[in-house]
Amino acid sequence: MQDSNNVADAKLSAVEKIKKDSAQLRGELLKSLADPLTGALREADQTVIKYHGSYQQDDRDVRADRRDAKLEPEYSFMIRTRTPGGVLSPEQWLGLDAVARKYASRGLRITSRQALQFHGVIKTALKATMQAINANLIDTLAACGDVNRNIAVAVNPAQSRIHAEVYQASAKLSDRLLPNSRAYYEIWLDEKAASSQSAEPELAQTNGEKSPTYSSPKAVQAQDEIDPIYGDRYLPRKFKIGVVVPPINDVDIYTQDLGFIAIVGPDADGVTQVQGYNVTAGGGMGASHNDAETFPRLADTLGYIDKSDMEAIALAVVSTQKDFGNRQVRKRARLKYTIEDRGVAWFIEQVEQRSGVRFAPARVAQFDSGGDQFGWLTGENGALQLGLRIVAGRIEDSESAGHLSAIRRLAELFVESRHSQITQFRLTPNQNLLIAHVAPELRAQVQSIVAAAGLDIWVNSGSVLTHALACVALPTCGLAMAEAERYLPEFSGKLQALLHVEGLGDAPLQLRISGCPNGCSRPYASEVALVGKAPGRYNLMLGGDHLGTRLNQLYQENLAEAELLAALQPIFRSYASQRNPAERFGDYCVRAGVVQPQRAKSAAQLIASTLI
Amino acid sequence: MANRSALPAQAPLSSLSSVKLAELCEGLDSASLWWISGYTAASASYKSAAENAAALTSEAKYKEPAPAAEPQSTILYGSQSGNAERLAMAVFEDLKAAGVGARVLRADAYPLKALKTETNLYVVISTQGDGDPPEDARTLVEHILSKRAPQLNQLNFAVLGLGDSSYPKFCWVGKNLDERFAELGGTRLQARADVDVDIDSVALPWISLLVEREKLRLKIAPVGASIAFLPVRDSSKLITKVEPKLATASKTFEALVLANQRITTDKSQKNIRHIELSLQGSNLSYQPGDALGVHGSNSPELAAQILDALQFDGASLVNIADQSHSVETWLSQRLDLRKLPRKLVEAHALRAECDALKALLQPERAPVYAEKIANMDLLDLIQRYPIKPSNRWDSAALFSLLRPLTPRLYSIASSQAAVGDEVHLTVAQLKYDLHGRTRVGAISNSLAHANIDANVRVFVERNERFRLPIDGARDIVMIGPGTGVAPFRSFVQERAEAGARGRNWLFFGNPHFREDFLYQLEWQQALKKGQLHRMDVAFSRDQAEKVYVQHRLLTQAQQLYQWIEGGAHVYVCGDANQMAKDVDASLRQIIAKEKAIDLEAAGDYLSQLSSEQRYQRDIY
Repeated sequence: MQDSNNVADAKLSAVEKIKKDSAQLRGELLKSLADPLTGALREADQTVIKYHGSYQQDDRDVRADRRDAKLEPEYSFMIRTRTPGGVLSPEQWLGLDAVARKYASRGLRITSRQALQFHGVIKTALKATMQAINANLIDTLAACGDVNRNIAVAVNPAQSRIHAEVYQASAKLSDRLLPNSRAYYEIWLDEKAASSQSAEPELAQTNGEKSPTYSSPKAVQAQDEIDPIYGDRYLPRKFKIGVVVPPINDVDIYTQDLGFIAIVGPDADGVTQVQGYNVTAGGGMGASHNDAETFPRLADTLGYIDKSDMEAIALAVVSTQKDFGNRQVRKRARLKYTIEDRGVAWFIEQVEQRSGVRFAPARVAQFDSGGDQFGWLTGENGALQLGLRIVAGRIEDSESAGHLSAIRRLAELFVESRHSQITQFRLTPNQNLLIAHVAPELRAQVQSIVAAAGLDIWVNSGSVLTHALACVALPTCGLAMAEAERYLPEFSGKLQALLHVEGLGDAPLQLRISGCPNGCSRPYASEVALVGKAPGRYNLMLGGDHLGTRLNQLYQENLAEAELLAALQPIFRSYASQRNPAERFGDYCVRAGVVQPQRAKSAAQLIASTLI
Repeated sequence: MANRSALPAQAPLSSLSSVKLAELCEGLDSASLWWISGYTAASASYKSAAENAAALTSEAKYKEPAPAAEPQSTILYGSQSGNAERLAMAVFEDLKAAGVGARVLRADAYPLKALKTETNLYVVISTQGDGDPPEDARTLVEHILSKRAPQLNQLNFAVLGLGDSSYPKFCWVGKNLDERFAELGGTRLQARADVDVDIDSVALPWISLLVEREKLRLKIAPVGASIAFLPVRDSSKLITKVEPKLATASKTFEALVLANQRITTDKSQKNIRHIELSLQGSNLSYQPGDALGVHGSNSPELAAQILDALQFDGASLVNIADQSHSVETWLSQRLDLRKLPRKLVEAHALRAECDALKALLQPERAPVYAEKIANMDLLDLIQRYPIKPSNRWDSAALFSLLRPLTPRLYSIASSQAAVGDEVHLTVAQLKYDLHGRTRVGAISNSLAHANIDANVRVFVERNERFRLPIDGARDIVMIGPGTGVAPFRSFVQERAEAGARGRNWLFFGNPHFREDFLYQLEWQQALKKGQLHRMDVAFSRDQAEKVYVQHRLLTQAQQLYQWIEGGAHVYVCGDANQMAKDVDASLRQIIAKEKAIDLEAAGDYLSQLSSEQRYQRDIY
């Protein structure tokens, strides 16, 4: 089953060689970190560090000016936590808040995969930042890279016990799928290398000089450290797992490489609990502009498994993808293409064979909502939960708002009142923050902190801003072609105004903005999406459903803001007059033929052809 | 140079070699002689320190053949800007005219061991910055002030100090030497004179008196001259109010500005600019190590404010020293409005009838004067110490007391081998707030605001004391924090173009890695291309403890010492007040440690390097 490893190296994508030569993710990171002449890493190490949960980026706002000034780009690092299900204790929140204040530049950011991101950490502060994060019992290992990423888990405010169960299972799975390399611990946490040869290289400020005796990374590699799950080349591409609990599809389960849809029912004693999962595979958002070979895809449902088989299935899916995923053409390396190219039946056979588990027919699972709820919610046994809307996931203290400080104050309150064992912070897959299990006696205090800081923006904002998603994009993301996070408030406002003019002020509308077609904000699974093409220009996508079960389609290409609004205006007008009761905008677009609806696979082809 | 006995008596050559050398040098122009000096220096430094100590002739800058007989007197000078050198030459000329046998030597050409037998010594020496000797006199001054200096009971001496009274340690070096010679048993021939920037008023009488005294004392019959007919110099020829360096300024050129780019970020405290000028059509050429003299104007705001405060008519013509300009032109372009000569302050105190200001001018208040007045500009003075209308300044009286606005020298940051007809500069705009007003340096401010396609008046100022090794196989170590890195950009370009095989090691520092890493991209490229071999950086404010280049030197002690022992040339460029001293101390420490010798011996080692032109500094 190692056929992909037999492909001649020459044909492999460049990243494959870097992974193989990285000595299990060590690369030459120590040298890169010690080089005082640049804020960047050596090129190969820019790949290696992803597996440690960090991306090298630069502030693109100042890139051109710095080039003129004969200065290198303003390099910094994004660091992403591995926090399955986005669950944090109030103490951990305080710890990460302190890390952000000390080392990062733009507060904290909640990602669409329930991680926290720190932006703007400079190279010389990387190690201290990593240590500070780990001091809060949170790591960043495998938060990026061609491995299993942070597992997205339903937030489930109403079902505390079910949440606890799927969360525990996901956290366990996340640990199980970690790479086994000690590189992370050696490089950041000063764990002594097992092999004597892997001692730190001399950290001389030397460039171009014959380097002292730093043995090639390969020599360091201990034989027993070859990764049992990932081998020495890891996966062909990133790998995303989601776990969802119907009827809320907050994790956008069909956009995940591997999805587990919890099937809940009474056990023999009549206690409601998770019985098993419908397993989905082959979802994914990433595409390239004008490339028919790439497309977003919603996952296929493989069948039902008992909950005890979750790990075996996950390992089998991972190993199938490891062996058969495309390692030559990186943009075709996601699991969705493996399944697309080889067929679902073949894939099911592989997974069953490797896991020894047979899929039962999928159970009925219905979704009726895709998003988060905001404000005070009451869960099981009257447990109080507070859903906070965080626009684009960005929590920072700005001149206009002190959100970072306010949430810190909340965390302090829970710690001071000794409720930190019960109260939980949950980052949601829609970039929001749910505070679960707030003690009733704290409600008034919490409410006043929230109101004073203007954190209750769902109260006065229109529905567009309240439910929209945006990726980070400019200025730090190297892939961004257009603004996303920074443009979201402005564009939401204009869209809301247009809806208002057309008499649709109350109509819910799901907007997602992505700075590039890779789709971190899951743009293809929304009613209206803007996908960046160039500064100020976007592809307009329409017709997804708000439950994440139907992809949207390209409506018009390369539009500037005025053109976007002009394109939407007539559709809003006809939607206002012709919509059925409670009919959502995405559904209307399909019914009215604004775009042609397609199910996942053929949708892929449609997207591809219209993008040409 | 026809006289074969041009070689000094102590020249370590056989008589045959002396003759050969003299023959070789005969008829050669200065460029050829300089080349030979470098060639011999390079050859010498391959030999052991013991040998080459004697073999070097290059830096012995003998101005004139000594008479066949032992010269009766020695004139030593230490000069940074050239003034002391010219005065020393004047002493020499006058002594010669008076029939006194003398030799004149630049301080670093003087063999220290000759001191204990020296009988008649006249020292003309300037003081730099915070009381420092000029670069060429460093070793000599340190030796004389140190406890290794010999008893000098045989010595008759006189010291002429040069300085700038706007600095607290005015003529400090001259004073110290003068006192030290006496302390060591020497006999003072004549009271020391401390020469301020209006050089001739003090220096010329002092020289006349000295020559007269020595003529009588040394009992040499006057050669067709009596006291009454002592040569009177045309002071404009010898000493001008403008720096005599401007002798070279005759070749000024209106250079076109090709580029003027800030190379620090907006967040940097420093506005440092990379400026490219065109020398096309100028016939000007330069070598790595040379400086570019740049003329500029005063800040227009300052000139306008002063004009306003004085209530002069900007258009009226004022004639001073045969130059006629409008008041506006004098203020904006001709006069230094930022440095206040003491005489001007004295005159102003009288006009202002201000007792407080008069009190500050008392000699015993010098430190207060230095603190309160020295950093004032003309606008401060006239605003702080107002004058009654009846006592008002007239423009000619005021302007004649101000100093001329002089050009500024910038170490050239390019190599012509790489940039052809261009010359590049690295210029920090001097800008600071004081007493609620922003102050700028006239020339750096002019340059900072020079538009593309504007013209800037420039001239090339040679600096033979800051030269790459002739032998490209030599390693070089370059220590240049801040804008001190400029000549090293030139060095690296030159060595890359020449295909020099020697390695280049650069030490650079500034406050912040992100904001003011000057020429970062270029150094990265040079490293990649193998044109720069090592680079160490010290960004002082990027961590809790301040780290400077001298600390980086210490970190690299072993390697650095190996490079030096291997024949590397060491260059330092930049701030003289602090950095150069700290770097020097670090080098001593490194040599002491690596060679297992004491600091004093390490100092000797450095002096030796210096005399071999392997430790060169361009500091300011």
